[in-house]
Amino acid sequence: MHSPVVVATTTGRDLRLDLFRGIALWLIFLDHIPSNVVSWITIRNYGFSDATEIFIFISGYTAAFVYGRAMRERGFVVSGARILRRAWQIYVAHIFLFAIYMAEISYVATSFENPLYAEEMNILDFLQNPDQTIIQALLLKFKPANMDVLPLYIVLLLWFPPILWLLQRVPTAALAVSVAIYVAAWHFNLNLASYPSGVWYFNPFAWQLLFVFGAWCALGGATRLGPVLRSRVTLWIALAYIAFAFVIALTWYVPGLTRYVHLPTWVENVIYPIDKTNLDVLRFAHFIALATVTVRFVPRDWPRLNSRWLRPAIVCGQHSLEIFCLGVFLAFAAHFAMVEVSGEVWMQFLVSALGIMIMVATATLIAWYKSLEGRSPTARPKQADADLAGGEA
Amino acid sequence: MKTLMAAVMVAALAWTGSALAAERPRCAVPDYLLLSEYRLNRVFAAVSKQPQASLRIAVLGTGSSALAGPDGPSSAYPARLEASLNQRLSGVPVKVITLLRTRMTAEDLSKDMGRLLVDERPDLVIWQTGTIDAIRRIDPDNFKTALEEGVERLHNGGADVILMNMQYSPRTESMIQVGPYADVMRAVAQHYEIPLFDRLGIMRHWSDVGAFDLYAAGKDNVLAARVHDCIGRAIATLIIDSGRLQAFQLRAAQ
Repeated sequence: MHSPVVVATTTGRDLRLDLFRGIALWLIFLDHIPSNVVSWITIRNYGFSDATEIFIFISGYTAAFVYGRAMRERGFVVSGARILRRAWQIYVAHIFLFAIYMAEISYVATSFENPLYAEEMNILDFLQNPDQTIIQALLLKFKPANMDVLPLYIVLLLWFPPILWLLQRVPTAALAVSVAIYVAAWHFNLNLASYPSGVWYFNPFAWQLLFVFGAWCALGGATRLGPVLRSRVTLWIALAYIAFAFVIALTWYVPGLTRYVHLPTWVENVIYPIDKTNLDVLRFAHFIALATVTVRFVPRDWPRLNSRWLRPAIVCGQHSLEIFCLGVFLAFAAHFAMVEVSGEVWMQFLVSALGIMIMVATATLIAWYKSLEGRSPTARPKQADADLAGGEA
Repeated sequence: MKTLMAAVMVAALAWTGSALAAERPRCAVPDYLLLSEYRLNRVFAAVSKQPQASLRIAVLGTGSSALAGPDGPSSAYPARLEASLNQRLSGVPVKVITLLRTRMTAEDLSKDMGRLLVDERPDLVIWQTGTIDAIRRIDPDNFKTALEEGVERLHNGGADVILMNMQYSPRTESMIQVGPYADVMRAVAQHYEIPLFDRLGIMRHWSDVGAFDLYAAGKDNVLAARVHDCIGRAIATLIIDSGRLQAFQLRAAQ
């Protein structure tokens, strides 16, 4: 059962990535359960950015780490093909979740008779034209609630082979291209269209910046940034910004606080609205500040990374696609249990804890399966290693 | 002896406290959720007009502003609001009319405003919207534009406006994402300095404190009527506060 960690440390895998991606997956799960008191602990309530930023950044980092090596060793075509296969797996996972969502919403729509909610019973309104809606879902244009991250991930991966090629040759140019696309997305309002109207909730043209920045860090950027990251000034700026974001976030949740923390109108005009769809600069900066502080206090060789208390999060982070999908499903299931059994606080704690336990158990099971395959005589050790990491990009 | 007396006093205080709490309507709403810093000046002018004070309110909304069944019209919140205001304001006849358009988005509703303003000449329009937009996943930017145009149309037509957001519906919460639409409504209300009746937050509060079991799936007309009664009374409180109508209030009815 210890094999994933052993393999990971011997290949130089940075366990911090798995740890924080695992934690991000838990937080995304908690945030996706509506009316869940436990979601008060998640970071979105204490600053501008949330677990999505962590997830996308680390996904970019690991994608570059894994496919970058494949590209160096086996060339552009092979690594590009593997990236596309990964995108296909995510697409299939997304459609599977869509089927589960349809089952839940159809059940709720037909079993719901409370006259207070006659209007909300029209939730199947979007299915007035099933021919249209289902085809649009297959085209990733129609996305039900909480199912916006995987389509973003698919688009990011489809675009990744050329950017990875450039990152390996002229990293700075690749980052510049990414920044240019981000700026263009803001300037020209670029985004992909949604069905029936509107645009993608996570604008791929904006969010690619975080993914590419993660990839850039993985391919030597982090080393280049080393002196800046280690400087005291950087640390204090980061801490001050986190504190500022914390105070602003408090004013959203503590009524009456605005009496003591009165923002000048011009500050309000500058910071609001904090645009999640287009990855607001404030959100990006908040994530960078959090990462800077984290990297400083949690070094790569931090002994606790091998402690068994952090294993549950690490093992979840190592199988992120499976656990992410499971988390979306479990959030549906948790909400369903709250509706059918009880929505009281004890139930919210129970479904939250149970959900995370199921995520950990499933991740452990997947790790076990992979270790079996890795030991089988037909598999070459190198292949198994690439799979372990490649499966998680 | 002193201890005993203290104990008796504490018990007596606790008893009166709980008795008072029991007398308070179950649907009490904390001020921070209900009251607004913005004023309803046209409402104040209509009520203080001499010699013929009156108040005409129009509710423009969708399905969640109505209840089905024979008692529906008299138990839905517009009728309860009218009853509550007539009971609380002395010498001011209050009339609430409703214009309902089921399954209509904010943009659809705003098309009906011209006629509403001409036909009814309301002093105040309570514009309830957002639910259908959220169900159909209308682009929040389009929703915002529709709201802004509607509010401006109502203001130009000479009416005060209160925006009313969606109901808190725990059963459909994972399927209808109302959050972004509620945020847009709050922003628009702030921009035009008009009160927002935060039905979403208020009903969530009732659910959290156990005033109502909003998770119920069954056909419970009594529950629906009670919730609407409470909504009607809460809006009445908001109108009295934002319209600065305290002077016209009957003491007994408070």
